[in-house]
Amino acid sequence: MPTETVKSKVEDTSRDWASGLDELEKTPITETRWGRFASRLWAGTWPKALALVIVIGFWQILFLSGWKDPWALPSPLMVWEELAAYVPTPDYWTAIGITMQRALTGFALSVAVGSLLGIAVARFKPLRAAIGSAITGLQTMPSIIWFPLAILLFQISESTIMFVVILGAVPSIANGIISGIDYVPPAWKRVGAVLGMRGFQLYRHVIMPATLPSFVSGLKQGWAFAWRSLMAGELLVIVAGQGSIGALMQGAREFNDAPRVLTWIVTVLVIGIIVDTLFRAADNKIRRSWGLDQE
Amino acid sequence: MTETRTASRVDDTARAAGAVVLTDVVKRYGRGPGAVTALDGVSLSVEPGSFTCLLGASGCGKSTLLSLVAGLDDLSGGSIDHVDQPVAMMFQESALFPWLTVQGNVEIAMRVRGVGRAERRRRALELLETVRLTGFAHKRPHELSGGMRQRVALARALAQDASVLLMDEPFGALDAMTRDLLHDELERIWREQGLTVLFVTHNVREAVRLGDQVVLLSSRPGRVLNVYDVELDRPRRIDSAPVAALAAEITDALREEVSRHAN
Repeated sequence: MPTETVKSKVEDTSRDWASGLDELEKTPITETRWGRFASRLWAGTWPKALALVIVIGFWQILFLSGWKDPWALPSPLMVWEELAAYVPTPDYWTAIGITMQRALTGFALSVAVGSLLGIAVARFKPLRAAIGSAITGLQTMPSIIWFPLAILLFQISESTIMFVVILGAVPSIANGIISGIDYVPPAWKRVGAVLGMRGFQLYRHVIMPATLPSFVSGLKQGWAFAWRSLMAGELLVIVAGQGSIGALMQGAREFNDAPRVLTWIVTVLVIGIIVDTLFRAADNKIRRSWGLDQE
Repeated sequence: MTETRTASRVDDTARAAGAVVLTDVVKRYGRGPGAVTALDGVSLSVEPGSFTCLLGASGCGKSTLLSLVAGLDDLSGGSIDHVDQPVAMMFQESALFPWLTVQGNVEIAMRVRGVGRAERRRRALELLETVRLTGFAHKRPHELSGGMRQRVALARALAQDASVLLMDEPFGALDAMTRDLLHDELERIWREQGLTVLFVTHNVREAVRLGDQVVLLSSRPGRVLNVYDVELDRPRRIDSAPVAALAAEITDALREEVSRHAN
């Protein structure tokens, strides 16, 4: 019997064995992607809709009870009418534009400062010993506490608001990076070393990508702090000629215009929800592609 | 190209690609009276293109030995001579990067060395074919089974283009059937590529199934107790009688060594 035939037969058997085992390991897909998407959308939507109905119902009852005068506590319908009338005006959108521009500038600067600070603290032990716990301490401070100092330093100006926004957001972003770097699995670093990565290469190809999930949750928290600081700042520090959300809201309060105040409150809530959805989408995308969402 | 650590002696015969020569290797952790000696005078000569299994109970320093050969750890004494630096290495956990596709994980080994994009791609697909994962190039690691992940890790190690491959219990976490398959696959790839393999395991049958020589190490401190030459025809089967017979002999020696540590 020619040995060639025997050898190729062994080869074929082993190939079939490999692909057979691989095939059995696969999990059968039971639902289509669209079916899953639709059911997930519905599962996410109905509790929100129900909660909204309950809140508005409670508000309407409170209004009807006559607990406060209508000029102080308007009904949901009055606020809805104000919203419908105000939203199409340029003032409304200009204010959102000014506020969002501040928010994005402040956030971008915070990301830059926070990332560098985070890497530096994670990398250099003495620096961590010196300011590691101070960063966490800063995070717990209400940012409004900085405004008196900020006003003394920068008077009533954009810089005052930026200063407080950055102080609010930087600690969260830095902490996200620090804990991300701390928890990079040693096995990944070992693989990096075996592949010949040194210094910067190890950061570029292993440590930075591995930090991504923690970085994104730091960003999300940083945004929340930046946004809160900004709202506090806009209500306290009214820069002349800048009709931001906070400035217009203070204006409305001075005219006892409760429907408009509530219109802004709703607007700020909606912006918060939109941004949170974006962060959540980014977070979910990472979790899915890393396989962290599996039970 | 030859790297000699601790430079005390350079053995010219060790300079053939793929040869690994360990001379009186000592590894101690800590200093003073609390110091632990993990390896105590291990000398070993590995022929180019051969398959060597390092076998021992817990505490024999077999993983430490691999780390030393890989240059991940510093020697306390002796020398290790081989041509490649770094050598390729595989671990019990595949440790694939979840942010990269299967193909990206294989390419990363070449990216570090500055291999061009087109060449990286070509070579990665070729290696995925070698480990029989051609259709999985664009999958993420979490979409694969444990055995498939280890095959990707093997492809990544092969992408280092080193002539020496170190394997630290690479199949320890796999089920018996998958392990059996991977033994066949590894044996085939080892012969095709002419690699020198240093394979750490605590599974005696696995060592006999795969190795040209099986090096039995003692525990605390690790010393070479015996070197068994396995002169059985390939391809072997883990359940064949000659493999079982030699495994039994080695197991007896291993038990004797472990009993020595009883109180």
